[in-house]
Amino acid sequence: MTSSDLTVLAITIVFGALVSGTPLLFATIGEIFSERSGVMNLGIEGMMLVGAMSGFSVWSTAVTKWHWTNGTALLVGLLIGMALGCGLSLLHAIITITLRADQVVSGLAVTFLGTGLSSILGEHFVGVATPPPTKFTVAILGGVGAEQVAFVVFGAIFAPLAWYYMNRTRPGLNLRSVGEYPAAADSLGINVYQTRYLYVLFGGAMSGLAGASMSLITDPGWVDGKTSGLGWIAVALVIFASWDPMRGLWVSYFFGLLRRLPLDLQNPALPLISTANNPQLGRFMDMLPYLATIFILILGSREAMRKRLGAPAALGVPYIRGERGK
Amino acid sequence: MKWNGIDYRLRIEARLDNPGWVGVVSSIFGILFALIVGGFVLKAAGASNPIATYREIFKEGFGTFADWQAGLHAVVTNTSCPKGMLCFGPLSDTLVKASPVLLTALACIIAFRMKLWNIGADGQMFLGAWAATGVAVFILPDTTNRVVMLTVMALAGISAGLIYGIIPGFLKARLNINEIITTLMLNYVAYKWIEYFVVVGPWSIGDFESTGHFPAAATWPRLTEYAKQYPITAGLTIHPGIFLGIVAAILLAWILFRSRWGYEIRVIGDNPRAARYAGINLKRNIILVMGLSGALAGLAGMNEVAALRELNGRFQRGYGFTGVIVAWLARLNPLAAILVSVLFGGLLVGTKLIQPQGIASMLQGVILFIVIGTELLFHYRIELDKVELASVVVENKSLNDNELEEEISRDQ
Repeated sequence: MTSSDLTVLAITIVFGALVSGTPLLFATIGEIFSERSGVMNLGIEGMMLVGAMSGFSVWSTAVTKWHWTNGTALLVGLLIGMALGCGLSLLHAIITITLRADQVVSGLAVTFLGTGLSSILGEHFVGVATPPPTKFTVAILGGVGAEQVAFVVFGAIFAPLAWYYMNRTRPGLNLRSVGEYPAAADSLGINVYQTRYLYVLFGGAMSGLAGASMSLITDPGWVDGKTSGLGWIAVALVIFASWDPMRGLWVSYFFGLLRRLPLDLQNPALPLISTANNPQLGRFMDMLPYLATIFILILGSREAMRKRLGAPAALGVPYIRGERGK
Repeated sequence: MKWNGIDYRLRIEARLDNPGWVGVVSSIFGILFALIVGGFVLKAAGASNPIATYREIFKEGFGTFADWQAGLHAVVTNTSCPKGMLCFGPLSDTLVKASPVLLTALACIIAFRMKLWNIGADGQMFLGAWAATGVAVFILPDTTNRVVMLTVMALAGISAGLIYGIIPGFLKARLNINEIITTLMLNYVAYKWIEYFVVVGPWSIGDFESTGHFPAAATWPRLTEYAKQYPITAGLTIHPGIFLGIVAAILLAWILFRSRWGYEIRVIGDNPRAARYAGINLKRNIILVMGLSGALAGLAGMNEVAALRELNGRFQRGYGFTGVIVAWLARLNPLAAILVSVLFGGLLVGTKLIQPQGIASMLQGVILFIVIGTELLFHYRIELDKVELASVVVENKSLNDNELEEEISRDQ
């Protein structure tokens, strides 16, 4: 294996990490906003699946039946994915904010519902032809689609913007205050219920976008259970990112790397660690993202204890207007 | 509103008590509403007649009325009916399917009672199945006595599930790491673990992605095996697994409602602060309960491989999640879980042959939504009062927001 081969491999791995980390980034940041307002939504996996299924089915129908151009269909697919993610999160919002039910159980219900819906409605789209990536002419990025590059850049810009909004603007301050001490926020004239609804819906839209981008851009195509636990990893990343969008960016890329590694290492020319010659090693590599999530939570718990970084104080607690002590 | 010249007024009042029928009503309501919503989704997915689909599911899961009648008649009059006991065939299949559902539901119930969200019953079940398979195929000789073999398999499954449950329990107790995430991640690790052994690894036979058939001693005795002595049992797949589940349910009910430990678990679940002041050891209980929860799920895994008679790459995922719904529908009551498990066993059997595949999962999601969403509604009582003009002011006062809220907060 020559050194230029290694360079290409390194670039493939790094870019692969960025590409597969970006959907995770959107889901994680969406959930950070939702949790910062005080509502935990464990339904990310379900919302992502519905987003992935609906985005892909809309794209596929638009291109084959309605003869739209690929680009328009792609954009509309992403938007539909966002809208349906939003719709599922609205259910969660009604159940947990208005009806004050348990956020954990409601989030699980969102995931069940999303998994089932995407499986039923996406049945006819399994194995359907996928969007052809627009190829670059630059040699070094040979196999990479222009959409993927645009999407990665969009994600990299989105995270700092989200951080700025949350930490340096008035609405961001309102958002954080609702999650820390809703009664105090209420007394200052901030509408707690409205704020929570808004950010739960935002989180849902971001999960939907994450799902749709997976089936349309980063890993085109639809199969049942497409996201394979990525939504749950996003929930864990929120904790590890200490509810900070910028840290969310780095951890998402790191997990993107872990997820892509078994694929990138399929190159049979690689000595020892090629997963093509050794499928047994591949199974263990597949475990990596999940084990790393647990490991990272262990590390995070130590750090959280040291720095006294914590969850938003009102996370998981329904707000009942007029009740004392909440 | 006026009716027959008398003014009526709706009064919404917080319930101070929580009567038992509330749970039953909301569970039944949840199931009915889920069926209606599911009907619309089926319609959208292209099913021509959702009601026919449901009828098909019910028929596959529980059999037809005519078959039941014929079967019961044959039993009562001690005669043979043309189909034999196969009249009860669907029910027998359902009970077979219900046993892992029941065991994983019990695993969820014990953990949820303490507000420990063990979503990893699926992974614990996989590891239980793995350990039971290892013992049956690779450790004990094929000629081992059936009772000994099954007992050792059960112990192996229980131990594997126990260890796999204690890991997240330990992390929760020592480092306060969210058990939802860890148990879920361990699910995926367990899936890959089985894949490694059975699909590509040391346990697969050739390209079959399977361990091959277990020795006869390592399988549940099914009724149909005794067809030679008792022809009436021909074709019935039912095995002792369901009784294992029922015994476990009764034991768990005893632990929860009659033992000191169960009392501690319930106090921690309802009010951890009060539990701490009462001197209950939170950390020890977290680890113990997660261990017991994992052990029950591990037993479910052993039960499933002993029924399937092999471990292969298609080992069914998702029992652990069905267990979550069953636990919730049963209001975390182990005895109620027996009934709900049979219902869900029927749903799983009935939807097995029906496309699209996701219908069971979707129905489960809607049911769970309705059950938790209606819970709050049942915390209020709606009454229709006759209003005389003079008392309108007083009535208005009883609708006063603050007072209602105060009552709610007192209620909680």
